[in-house]
Amino acid sequence: MRISDVQSEEVLAGLPSATLAPRPLARATELLRGWSAQVMLGAAVMTLFLLVALIGPAIAPYAVHAQVGHVYASPSPSHPLGLDNGGYDVLSNLLVGARTSMIVGLCAAVVSILIGGTIGVIAGYVGGRTDGVLMRITDYFLVIPDIPLMIISAAVFGRNTRNIVVIIGLIYWTTAARLIRAQVRSLRQRVYVRRAELLGASGRRVLWTHIVPQVTPLLIANTVLMIANAIFAETYIAFLGLGNPTTPSWGAMIQSSLAGGAIFYHAWWAVLPPGIAVTVVVLAATLVGQGLEDSLNPRLRAGHLAVRRFRLRPLHGELERE
Amino acid sequence: MSEARGASRALLEVDGLAASYHLRRGVSAALARRPQSVVRAVDGVSLTVGRGEVVALVGESGSGKSSLAQTIMRAHPAQRGRIRFDGQEITTLGSAQLRPLRRRMQMIFQDPYESLDPRFRVRRTVSEPLVIHGIGDHARRAELVSEALRACGLDPPELFLDRYPHELSGGQRQRVAIAAALALEPQLLIADEPVSMLDVSVRAGVLNVLAGLRDSGLGILLITHDLAVAASFADRLYVMYLGRIVEQGPAHEVISAPSHPYTRALVSVTPRRTPRTGGAPQILAGEIPDATRVPPGCRFHPRCPVATDACRRSDPQLEPLPGPGGAAGQHLAACILAPDRRVVQQTSR
Amino acid sequence: MSGSIDPHAAASPADSLPAPATPRASLADQPPPTEYRAAPSHQLLEVRGLHVWFELRGGGELHAVRGVDLDLRRGERLGLVGESGCGKSTALLALMGLLPASASVAGEVILDGRDIMAQGERSIRPHRWREVAMVFQGAMNAFNPVRTIGWQIAEPLRRHRSLSRAAARARVLELLELVGIPAGRAERYPHELSGGMRQRAAIAMALACDPKLLLADEPTTALDVMVQAQVLELLVSLSEELGLALVLVSHDLPAVTQVAERVAVMYAGEVVECAFTGELFDTPRHPYTAALVAATPDLLQATPLSSIPGAPPSLRSQLQGCAFAPRCGQRMQICERHPPTLAADADGRLFACHLNGGSPHHTLPPAPGGQAAVDSGTQDTERRS
Repeated sequence: MRISDVQSEEVLAGLPSATLAPRPLARATELLRGWSAQVMLGAAVMTLFLLVALIGPAIAPYAVHAQVGHVYASPSPSHPLGLDNGGYDVLSNLLVGARTSMIVGLCAAVVSILIGGTIGVIAGYVGGRTDGVLMRITDYFLVIPDIPLMIISAAVFGRNTRNIVVIIGLIYWTTAARLIRAQVRSLRQRVYVRRAELLGASGRRVLWTHIVPQVTPLLIANTVLMIANAIFAETYIAFLGLGNPTTPSWGAMIQSSLAGGAIFYHAWWAVLPPGIAVTVVVLAATLVGQGLEDSLNPRLRAGHLAVRRFRLRPLHGELERE
Repeated sequence: MSEARGASRALLEVDGLAASYHLRRGVSAALARRPQSVVRAVDGVSLTVGRGEVVALVGESGSGKSSLAQTIMRAHPAQRGRIRFDGQEITTLGSAQLRPLRRRMQMIFQDPYESLDPRFRVRRTVSEPLVIHGIGDHARRAELVSEALRACGLDPPELFLDRYPHELSGGQRQRVAIAAALALEPQLLIADEPVSMLDVSVRAGVLNVLAGLRDSGLGILLITHDLAVAASFADRLYVMYLGRIVEQGPAHEVISAPSHPYTRALVSVTPRRTPRTGGAPQILAGEIPDATRVPPGCRFHPRCPVATDACRRSDPQLEPLPGPGGAAGQHLAACILAPDRRVVQQTSR
Repeated sequence: MSGSIDPHAAASPADSLPAPATPRASLADQPPPTEYRAAPSHQLLEVRGLHVWFELRGGGELHAVRGVDLDLRRGERLGLVGESGCGKSTALLALMGLLPASASVAGEVILDGRDIMAQGERSIRPHRWREVAMVFQGAMNAFNPVRTIGWQIAEPLRRHRSLSRAAARARVLELLELVGIPAGRAERYPHELSGGMRQRAAIAMALACDPKLLLADEPTTALDVMVQAQVLELLVSLSEELGLALVLVSHDLPAVTQVAERVAVMYAGEVVECAFTGELFDTPRHPYTAALVAATPDLLQATPLSSIPGAPPSLRSQLQGCAFAPRCGQRMQICERHPPTLAADADGRLFACHLNGGSPHHTLPPAPGGQAAVDSGTQDTERRS
């Protein structure tokens, strides 16, 4: 527990010379160093898509709902990704549709984390009956099948972007709630939290100074993972024809092309680009989210009990050095 | 409030305190309507801590000593009995009324690696209690923090103020925890195993800090499993077994003339500096039973080396012993065989 | 399964050297009571110049064990004490070869006349658990939570000795009886046992293949006094019944004295004193030992306790002079320049200090590299020649 692992020994042995370096900075650089290539790649791709979402409409060569040629015209120099079933330019729709996907993805992720985080923190911190009630509600939402609920909600509340954000947020908060609750419950048992309570600190103070800052990294990692889920959900809501009919989105592109007989015409260019875009952005968000989660919640490192190939070192060199 | 009256009484008086935990039943147990098992962690304990006095509460894990501390700190509800702090009954106070009292009774914990928020620098950890209780302005707090650190042997304070817990050694962390407790100038300090996680070389330093505090009038309730620590440091001693006090008295008397068979066994197995002195250790078989199943009669009889039939039937109460401390009503033991201990020892050989 | 004695056992490198003119920093050479003047075959373990380095993640390295020498006879019980971070657990893990990939090791570990460290993992593996076994501090972590205790004790038997199911079962019951666990508990899971019972089970597991040497790393630290006494007594009785040699690592000096015949005190990766248990407490020779004894509370001696000021040195950098000098109340000028070597004084007491007639640095041959070469003790000087 205390002395048997190498980690603690090196920490203890290094104590007297422990530098007073500002820890957050050190931690940030350590984090960056710990980030693997996959996280960096994911972050780069995410940034690229965000950029497209920002300036997409400005660089789109054609208007979105403008028929600029034959239905299902093949890719050509003037239309690199060809035309779809309405004779619309696929590239332009793809660029403009990125905005919808990213907005819905980000907002829905934030909504779900806000709901889930709040419920998780309250359930975990207050405990007892409140915890029981909140967790039963969470379980209830967890077992509702997503897709029928989305279909019904979209039908009932109307098909605009805001409603889609709220619907996705309402469906996806449960995982965050359970995760955060578990984390808060374990923090609650930490001695320093109990100490603060015995000092006479109010519940709100304990929550904000000791608990929320500790779960924030987890929340951030979870938000990024949630973005992937939300973008995917937006796509299939639109694919089911329940998206906002007035704004172009990747899901709507796939839906209208398939409905318009893209398969029959072998017009792969009308279906594949939005599909690939969704896949890539979801993959990127997942890479970043999982990478963040891994580096913020270091799982147990391989224990010292594992037999490893330590190296032998000839003593001569060492002695010369001394 | 009752300062004048309180001055004549003990700082902390605990009277017949009981506390229990309910264990969760499994689904099958609930369906079978089996009763919920109740852990009677503290089962009728009385003790006092005076001003400027160190009182040690000694027992194995499972003896209920930590539950007792939690109950005294009102972190766990009392089932029966009374807790009086400085003459004021606090057993049933609500959390709002407790708040001003929390300032005057502080607790330090066993694990200095766990009891400090890893994200807080020493400065913030030690000033947090001041902020919570709204004491002083920024400058005054800084002064108080430095004073508290200095009092705990972290001198000069500037060297430590900006460190994070992971940049401190175990002993230093425990000193920071003590400093944070002291910043509020409490009257009572409950120390739950304050040195058991520390290296021997720094243990003495932390204990000496506590001893210095005692001399300045602080009452300390030291909870420990280590009889040697208690003996070298406490004025009075309570020995706890399975939720009850089985022996109490002036520390040197309890150690040099232990009367309860459990205390005798504890004394004999506590490793000494000099190896193998004072006869063979009397190692009790088995382990402390689970507090859901307290044995009938004397709760120690299943492990007692000298138990008789009478022990299986009667539940002994604390009685004064013959001898200097006992005559003064100070040295008590809860054993029907205790008063004629010598006879028992001879017959048992 | 007594490992057949190697015919070349006596020809271990240390023994093949010409008799050194200088006092060797070896525990075997102390003039102990006559019973300790044992024939070489009584010698079970010799550790010579054991070093362990850890590569640190942020760069640099930690010299955790800085040249440890230990000797152990068959059936002897040795205590290894020191503060956290002094390298005692690392030294123990090195003997078992249980070090992570970030570690590098130098030195000789001669078990029964064979240097098991010579080829690292390859040469240790045949001996691990069969001849040298280990009990760890947190007994809970040593067990797989989803297997019964009996199954887990049988595992090394099946693996290392290829026993049949029935034979393994019989051996498990025998082992459980040996460590005082009722036979019925074999079918229990680790979490169903109390801390003391788990530690007994861990000992049974370590004893499964009849080792000659048991290494125990803080085996009683998390246990209560009474249970600690039970486990320590068990270790002593096992050692006596089975002729098992024992190295007990602990930070708890008094607990070690209940078990060990000799105690080695470690500080900053080195052994600074090694003595019979009684001697160590009554007349400690090294100031660090004396300070440790003075810091240990005792039941009846109401002497004021004193702590040791300061903290152990960082082992990331090269140390100048005696590692304990900065915290030592009796520091002299020489201490800051010349590290003392572990050597026997006129009374045969073994310690590494310039005080009390120890560390006869003046008898060392002048090293070619100047004063600094005195550093690593005489046996290193020999090896270099």
